[in-house]
Amino acid sequence: MPKVKVDGIEVEVPQGATVLQACEAAGKEIPRFCYHERLSIAGNCRMCLVEVKPGPPKPQASCALPAAEGQEVRTDSAMVKAAREGVMEFLLINHPLDCPICDQGGECDLQDQSLAYGRSHSRYTENKRAVTEKYMGPIIKTVMTRCIQCTRCVRFGEEVAGVEDIGAIYRGEDMQITTYLEKAFKSELSGNAVDLCPVGALTHKPVAFEYRPWELRKNLSIDVMDAVGTNIRADSRGRQVMRVLPRINEDVNEEWAHDKTRYHVDGLVRRRLDRPFVRKDGKLVPVSWDEAFDAIAAVAKGAGSSVAAIAGDLLDCETMFAAKSLVKAMGSDLIESRQTGMSYDVSSLGAVAFNPTIAGVEDADAILLIGTNLRWEAPLINTRVRKAIKKGAKVFAIGPEMDLTYKVEWLGNDLGVLGTLPESLAQAFDGAKRPLAIVGPGALAKGHGAALAFAKSANLVRTLEDGTAWNGFGVIHTAAARMGALMLGFAQKGGIGDIFRAAPKLTFFLGADEADFAMFANSFKVFIGHHGDKGAHHADVILPSATYAEKPGTYVNLEGRVQRADRAVFPLGDAREDWTILRALSEKLGHTLTFDSFEELRAAMAAEVPALGTEGLAGYSWDAPALAPDAEGPIAYPIQDFYLTNAICRASPTMQRCSAELLHGEDYAEAAE
Amino acid sequence: MADAPKLPDEAETRARWGNFAWSEANAEKAREIMGRYPAGRQMSCTIPFLDLAQRQVGAETNTQGWLPVPVIEFVARELDLPYIRVFEVATFYTMFNLVPVGRYHVQVCGTTPCMLRGSDDVLAACKSRGLKKGHTTEDGLFTLSEVECLGNCASAPMVQINDDNYEDLTFDRTVAILDRLAGGDQPKTGTQEPGRHTVEPVGGPTTLTAMVNENHDYRGEWA
Repeated sequence: MPKVKVDGIEVEVPQGATVLQACEAAGKEIPRFCYHERLSIAGNCRMCLVEVKPGPPKPQASCALPAAEGQEVRTDSAMVKAAREGVMEFLLINHPLDCPICDQGGECDLQDQSLAYGRSHSRYTENKRAVTEKYMGPIIKTVMTRCIQCTRCVRFGEEVAGVEDIGAIYRGEDMQITTYLEKAFKSELSGNAVDLCPVGALTHKPVAFEYRPWELRKNLSIDVMDAVGTNIRADSRGRQVMRVLPRINEDVNEEWAHDKTRYHVDGLVRRRLDRPFVRKDGKLVPVSWDEAFDAIAAVAKGAGSSVAAIAGDLLDCETMFAAKSLVKAMGSDLIESRQTGMSYDVSSLGAVAFNPTIAGVEDADAILLIGTNLRWEAPLINTRVRKAIKKGAKVFAIGPEMDLTYKVEWLGNDLGVLGTLPESLAQAFDGAKRPLAIVGPGALAKGHGAALAFAKSANLVRTLEDGTAWNGFGVIHTAAARMGALMLGFAQKGGIGDIFRAAPKLTFFLGADEADFAMFANSFKVFIGHHGDKGAHHADVILPSATYAEKPGTYVNLEGRVQRADRAVFPLGDAREDWTILRALSEKLGHTLTFDSFEELRAAMAAEVPALGTEGLAGYSWDAPALAPDAEGPIAYPIQDFYLTNAICRASPTMQRCSAELLHGEDYAEAAE
Repeated sequence: MADAPKLPDEAETRARWGNFAWSEANAEKAREIMGRYPAGRQMSCTIPFLDLAQRQVGAETNTQGWLPVPVIEFVARELDLPYIRVFEVATFYTMFNLVPVGRYHVQVCGTTPCMLRGSDDVLAACKSRGLKKGHTTEDGLFTLSEVECLGNCASAPMVQINDDNYEDLTFDRTVAILDRLAGGDQPKTGTQEPGRHTVEPVGGPTTLTAMVNENHDYRGEWA
């Protein structure tokens, strides 16, 4: 633990820390471009120069200099000031003065730091360097003349995304950052490279020239594109969400977000249901809220307790709780959230949760992936697996072979393998301190019992030497609403099949677009949702509701982490927040719900499921149910198209283009400008 | 940036070089090169492999060789590296040609010592024989490029043609070398100065003269 003096302030930093980190510990701001906490150290921008004694009498790059006992660091001397001004001047020599037309303007590191640490004028009168435009795909817009070659994007591709498409070619003044042969950057995390870019060289292509950062209102929210529960900031202007950026949460998403999280936002204002509809003579006709409610009430009278509710993938817990309360008040308990027909055992939530926690994946030293395409089902858990591998973990997988961005020992595509595991796996798991099995939705349907049997035989749940508990059994879900729904009891023993068999006369579809609507042919279908997708096409009544960005809500991610999101904008047109729709409808149906405000609803929900009342890990108990330990049959990953997994994405032109270009190889090469 | 080569048409190079693989002799050499590095450090082979590949392309086309994109990709596959990592290396070094070159790759050093000693004359000589910077002559014999210091400052100016250096050049000596190469002869390599063997001082030593014939202790003479 070396002690370092920074500008006279003594700080103690951990062994292996850099001078830059020591300066930060002392509360000093060190300007930087290439250094980034989550990437390897490059030391090529030279902006972090400080004066260090003992050492050569010249400024030193603090990001790459290890802090050592007794060092005296100055960040405020004349030498440091001159060095920063010099570096800044060099960086600006070839940087165009196009801030007024640059999308990075207002949140540009170069702009900010030249203001704070640069000279007030330029002495440079020569021609500036110009770099030809590069193509990096549908997400990243490039203006490479602005690039200062910090190589953050290159290191991100190599170290975090694991897709080595970006590189620096040529040398010296001719050096250029580009993708290989200017093809698209084929990573589902590509948007993070834009965030990392300290200048305007890489900007968000889907929203080019759409906004200025200072026009946006920043709203804290939770991502619903997958079950990881990425902490996001939905930046809105007026009534529209303009962009989504990740918030730092070390336990969940670190500071990354995948492209679906970021760029589905143009889907929030397209194909929206903005008024109620009722099907008359086979055609959906726009009506008033009263008419829509009357139509439902007329059916409800005859239906009695033959009512069911199907929850969609993007729902907040409050909506589901309100729906559950309504169905219960009507005398039914037919509620289900697993629309696609999965019917795994939910008698113990621990057995279907991601127990090791997302951050815990990094510590695992032997990992078995059972029927999971992590790269698409939970890209931010995939990055954690990559980190575990860097620390020495060995990874095995059962399922159809595919590129997970790291080396995997594939054991075949049959759940039967779980019964006859090879020697190499047994060896790795025997020697492992923190063994981990990740069960994906592809295996959960048939292989839940076999996976649990493996958890038992491999002793995945154990007490570590230091006395802490380790649970190495993690289940991946793909729906943001899933864990919350299971906590609220949205699960029948036989899955959605039980609901088919009960043949409800009236069924509420809460944003459920993936269900098999043919099975509900004889039911009166009320669709409460926000997008005109599959659910709306089959509905008899459509009640327009709010997207996740338009309502506050509680979400539970796959670890069982309860998180709260705020409202970013208001619902479009006549649409209303889901719980208010259910509350108003309940009165019409004569089963008035007991809560009159959102706070009352939350309180009622917390009274029923206390874990939903507090943020943080719900802490499921581990009492694995006894299921048949045998399984066989091939595995199929449920996600066919990463970019089009829900109604919002399918409505988003950006996501459609990503799908067409990155997954289906369509050519979108742009005309030369 | 203006000098950055424009990669040849991708479809064409893929059609011509898509099936590139080591020749028998080179496969043996590649194994030998790979053997020099510990397992898992195969990235170290990037430069020798690219060189080997460029030479094989040269042998196949009877030129000095270049690196078509499919060949770079072949090297990357051989080393189990992402294409971009090998591409970065190939573009970084001027010795790797990204466009086809002629049979003789004339690399004129234009860095300060050579320039002071008359590299402009050397370039003029090249020009007089129809060579143009960055281009290959019509007959496919010569490609001219200007490069930075090649480390022969003591016998400047110099050119490197293929694997050989020609030093102490003048306009006439350069023309003579080019003419002999064009005629299919191999001119004398190294210094072109009559009487000079390598880079020893011209006209005899001017310093440490006492050490020419025997060892001499200068320490007593230090002021």
